[in-house]
Amino acid sequence: MLDAHGTAPAAHALAAHAHEIEIPFNVTPRPDTGLYNGKLGIWLFLASEVMLFGALFSSLILLRTSAPTWPRGWLELNVPLATVNTMVLIISSVTVVLAWANLRLGNLQRGRLFIGATLLCGLIFMVIKGFEYGHKFELHHYPKTSNFFATYFLLTGLHGLHVLGGMIVFAYFLTAGSKMWKTEPQRFTNRIEIVGLYWHFVDLVWIFLFPTLYLL
Amino acid sequence: MNEHVVTQATQPAVPPPAADHKTHGGVHDPNAGHSPEEIKREIRVYMIVFGALFVLTVATVVACYGLKLPVHYAIMVALTIACLKGFLVAGFFMHLLTEKKLIYGVLILTVFFFGILLWGPTHDILDKFGR
Repeated sequence: MLDAHGTAPAAHALAAHAHEIEIPFNVTPRPDTGLYNGKLGIWLFLASEVMLFGALFSSLILLRTSAPTWPRGWLELNVPLATVNTMVLIISSVTVVLAWANLRLGNLQRGRLFIGATLLCGLIFMVIKGFEYGHKFELHHYPKTSNFFATYFLLTGLHGLHVLGGMIVFAYFLTAGSKMWKTEPQRFTNRIEIVGLYWHFVDLVWIFLFPTLYLL
Repeated sequence: MNEHVVTQATQPAVPPPAADHKTHGGVHDPNAGHSPEEIKREIRVYMIVFGALFVLTVATVVACYGLKLPVHYAIMVALTIACLKGFLVAGFFMHLLTEKKLIYGVLILTVFFFGILLWGPTHDILDKFGR
């Protein structure tokens, strides 16, 4: 028997309970994959990110090898600043695994401390990158200046946007997002693991960007 | 200060897979259960990896910027060290040394397509040398 909207009573009952249905396997691993769904999800996302940055690296190689001349990175860019930024990102990778480890030990206070440290590292990275960009603009070096600067601004700009994205997520978990710890500590810990995987990927991209753009 | 180890929350009544207690260099399978001692051991491994990443970064800068190696040598040195650093980050921080098979499957597929992306310019370079 259908109602005025053509919906069966059973469907109404299902809809009424829909908001009570938990998304399965967001904490415990699925028996078939051995992973909780969020973790598989972030790895699939990272796979797509590899293709995004891979395409840009591929274009850089093609442009560089096709160009009659290509400047050495250290002649045009600030290597000491970029070295500091590399160290900052490496430190942030350590702080994020320490945050995750401390949450697994049940220590929210130290976990949040390390999440905050990661956020601070992200901020330092962006400020240094801002100085670097500012100096380039002072010298009238823009993406339109040359293929070298086009690839430099594109690759570092896209990477910077990823850093910014990670910082927003860390800021959320440091503030409102950490309320989940009271009710679902394991799920909160898993969320930090997931954002940590993303953050390590961002670090990994920089590990290759730094020598490719600045040192070669 | 809450010093208890986080326990699994209630989930659908499906038995979890058998715990896989693989270890590699002190870093355990992140999906398996952990004692506080194991987690503290992992933290020590993270610190060693941090030290190695620090040293390798300095080595790259000294070789390519300090010594100003010719471009062909600089490419070899810089990319070799970058690959080593990438291995440390992916293997230990992202736990890829002890990850589940499905993740390896996803990554093998990714590496295959990434290889195709890099094959294009490499083919172009080889063609140029051939001419």
